[in-house]
Amino acid sequence: MTDETTTEETPLADDKRERLLNDLSESFGEILVESHLRPHEDVWFRVKIEAWQDAAMVAKGAGFEYFGFLSAIDWHIAPEGRYEDTEFDAGLVEEDDEPVEIDSSTGYGGGDTRFQMLMQLYSLNEQVGMILKADVGDDMTVDTVRDVFPGADWHERETHEMFGISFRGHPTLQPLYLPTEFEGHPLRKDFPLLARQVKPWPGVVDIEEIPEHLEAQLEAEVMAAFEANEGGS
Amino acid sequence: MTATSDREQMAYVSAQAADARVNVELDTGDMTLNIGPQHPATHGTLRIACQLDGEQVVVAEPIMGYMHRGYEKLCEVRTYPQCTTLINRIDWLGSFANEVPFILAAERLMEVEAPPRAQWIRTILFELSRIANVALFLGDMGVQIGALTPVFFAFRDRERVLNQIEEVTGGRFHPNFDRIGGLKDDIPKGWIEETRSVMVKMRTFCDEMEDLLVGNEIFQARCRGVGVIPPEVALGYGLSGANLRASGVDWDLRRDANPGLSWDQVDWRVWTHPDGDSFSRYWVRLQETREATRIVDQLLDGIPSGPIMAKVPRIIKVPAGEAYISTENPLGEMGYYIVSKGDLGPFRVKIRTPSFNNISIVPWVMRGVYVPDVITILGSLYFILGDIDR
Amino acid sequence: MTTLLALPYWQETGIKLGLALAVIPTTSLILVYLFLFKMMAFMQSRLGPNDTGPYGTLQLIAEAIKFLQKEDIHPEQADRRVFRMAPVVVLASTFLLYVVLPAGPDAVVENLDTGVFYAMAVSSLSVLGILMAGWASANKYALLGGLRAAGQLIAYELPLILAVMGVVIQAETLNLQGIVEAQATGEIFGFGAIGNPFILTQFLAFLIFMIAAQAELTQTPFDMPVAETELVGGFHIEYTGFRFLLFFMAEFGTAFAFAALASVMFLGGWWIPGFDVDDNILNVLGPGVMLAKILLVAFFIFWVRFTYPRLREDQLQKFAWKVLIPLSLANIVLTGIFKVVF
Repeated sequence: MTDETTTEETPLADDKRERLLNDLSESFGEILVESHLRPHEDVWFRVKIEAWQDAAMVAKGAGFEYFGFLSAIDWHIAPEGRYEDTEFDAGLVEEDDEPVEIDSSTGYGGGDTRFQMLMQLYSLNEQVGMILKADVGDDMTVDTVRDVFPGADWHERETHEMFGISFRGHPTLQPLYLPTEFEGHPLRKDFPLLARQVKPWPGVVDIEEIPEHLEAQLEAEVMAAFEANEGGS
Repeated sequence: MTATSDREQMAYVSAQAADARVNVELDTGDMTLNIGPQHPATHGTLRIACQLDGEQVVVAEPIMGYMHRGYEKLCEVRTYPQCTTLINRIDWLGSFANEVPFILAAERLMEVEAPPRAQWIRTILFELSRIANVALFLGDMGVQIGALTPVFFAFRDRERVLNQIEEVTGGRFHPNFDRIGGLKDDIPKGWIEETRSVMVKMRTFCDEMEDLLVGNEIFQARCRGVGVIPPEVALGYGLSGANLRASGVDWDLRRDANPGLSWDQVDWRVWTHPDGDSFSRYWVRLQETREATRIVDQLLDGIPSGPIMAKVPRIIKVPAGEAYISTENPLGEMGYYIVSKGDLGPFRVKIRTPSFNNISIVPWVMRGVYVPDVITILGSLYFILGDIDR
Repeated sequence: MTTLLALPYWQETGIKLGLALAVIPTTSLILVYLFLFKMMAFMQSRLGPNDTGPYGTLQLIAEAIKFLQKEDIHPEQADRRVFRMAPVVVLASTFLLYVVLPAGPDAVVENLDTGVFYAMAVSSLSVLGILMAGWASANKYALLGGLRAAGQLIAYELPLILAVMGVVIQAETLNLQGIVEAQATGEIFGFGAIGNPFILTQFLAFLIFMIAAQAELTQTPFDMPVAETELVGGFHIEYTGFRFLLFFMAEFGTAFAFAALASVMFLGGWWIPGFDVDDNILNVLGPGVMLAKILLVAFFIFWVRFTYPRLREDQLQKFAWKVLIPLSLANIVLTGIFKVVF
């Protein structure tokens, strides 16, 4: 039982993961684009999309043989369905011609394109998790990793219907959740959440900003309550 | 055990070939049998399209989506505290355990740590929801195989655990009690003693199940050697929880990748079974329920004093970044991959649910089994539909 | 045989038929109430029905009315005539069984000389009804259930008959009254006060009989044909309302009949120690004694039903052909040898 994650002041150095990062970077070689490490957490790798399948195989060879999940991220900054913009939702604004605004600057491992593949693997020996990423090109096609990790089968079907990413070599890319006649890819950011357009999210009220003049007072109350609690029990 | 299924499958294949030769004139076509969506063995609305040859399954393909609620999309338009309401409803039998990894992931991004007391109570409630969840499985497996009585015992005793959860959180099924930075409330007076007595009762319940089912020859005949999953296949499909440990893989996130709860403070062990069949899955879950009662007992002894909430801002904005936290939920590994952009709500949440991976092995494991075994295997893999469909 | 009233044949037959018709619903209701409602609830730490009438006794009437109220639904593709006939055929088999069940020296509808043979023959008639129901429902679950039931009932018919053979050899008669008499007049090593109930000498046969009867009744370790969690009711999946009630009554009526057969053949039947075998008072006391014995046997049937999981189809067949039939054959051989030696 390791208690490295629960200690109060975790030292930033994490030899095990750094060593793994270096080893794997070497094994990935040319196909690696970028890597990222948060000490005592997972390790992030971004690989070239052409080498997606190879990367999975390399990772499996390096001991990461436990398949967690596979999915994708849509970095498109879309105003639809965002809590701040309920007025926008109600209005059904047409903005087809505008270029897609992408912001993946906050993602670990970076990224250049709108869609990014995401796969999580575990190494049972090292007890370390790994996130594998890859930028999806304009052809929206990725090699399947179904042959490396059979569990990816359904995850790829889900990703296909939710994001519209195709998987080369996957025999049955039929919808998993959605009805066959469903059009669109629901988890894309530009897919409107109809419920929001019919009726603004009532939960918005809950997170209304506190008026300026009350903020200091409320904060003081909370802190007083907190300190009282800390002393007791 | 593994040998049985291999041999049977080989025999089945050769028998098929022989049949094909004989049946050139007499065409015995396969029959398609839809098990579900409304079927007592599917705990909801899962559909398994089986191709049958007589009583044997040639192909079994699960078809789901009858309960898909789109939580990943819905989470994107909610604030972090609002998300827990949805997340509660994924695995509806062990709701509290669903909230924990999400909250932990948000906490990690905010670099907030819950006070020790909150962590301990979290862990206790987590294990209580595990007991409440798995206790139902222990009885329900009997019903799947035809023994009616165990499930009533399970409902009876599970009620006690739910009462304890309700006393703390105010909700039997959907507590929505976990907060970023701690918990909503402290535990009520006298709760610790009551919980202790409930744990004694739950251990008695486990003994009862052992007597009623595990020792039963028919139960063993129905479960042993049925639905064997070798460890390497289990890893490839990403099976988790007791399903993985029943295949002999010694992997428990509570011990191996503790994301910041109090499991490392107590003395317990991870149970595994080498066989990988339906019986071992039942057996591992039974032992885990016992172990969970022991964990709770030990945790109850040592709850530290102090606050139950860390200092967090009133309006929670999670800094930009990504985090993946998973915990060993009653059904297996449940994790949340949160992509944050520094807003009030998450930018993208990928929910990795245990049942989704656990059920994805169905087409592999159900080749050549008998129709009754379909039910045994489904029951022993133990899924909850909300957990598959999200 | 003495008769209290000298009635014309047709009147006597009429009375007996009326009685038998009344007895079947009553007996199945008794079993349902006692075992399905109360005992099962007690075993599963539930209350069971307790609101309608004293101790929930009127619940049965409520249930019956509920069934009668329900709409009579046919599946669109069903073979209607066969679909409607099936429950009647199953129930008819139960009715015919009751014909030979003795409850006293004269309290029997028809005292057939080949009573055992007759009972075994008509009890297997129900297979026909079940197959009809399974086929005519135009439902795959029903079909699977019907086929399983057919396979199972035929497989377990054999050990049932072979087990009874032991009793028949020992009693030297196929007449059920004769078997009761043989037990009443028998002696255990010269001790004849309680007669010689065949459960003592034919214990193996009794066990085989009970196991096979459990399978014939499709009760739980052998309830693969109806398996609720799997075939969702099997052959009666498409039946609603009154037609389902017929199946239900047949199930419990047959359970009662088999318990009666077991008590006649193994437990001494209606005879009470200390009475003459053809004492007239036994016509009054006999039914009570029979009822007590039947309930005892039925208790075991239902106890097992609520306790055990069910066997798989192939295991169930293996058990019949590889265990029960050889055992019952051995029993016959042993009984024959002992019969000749003693």
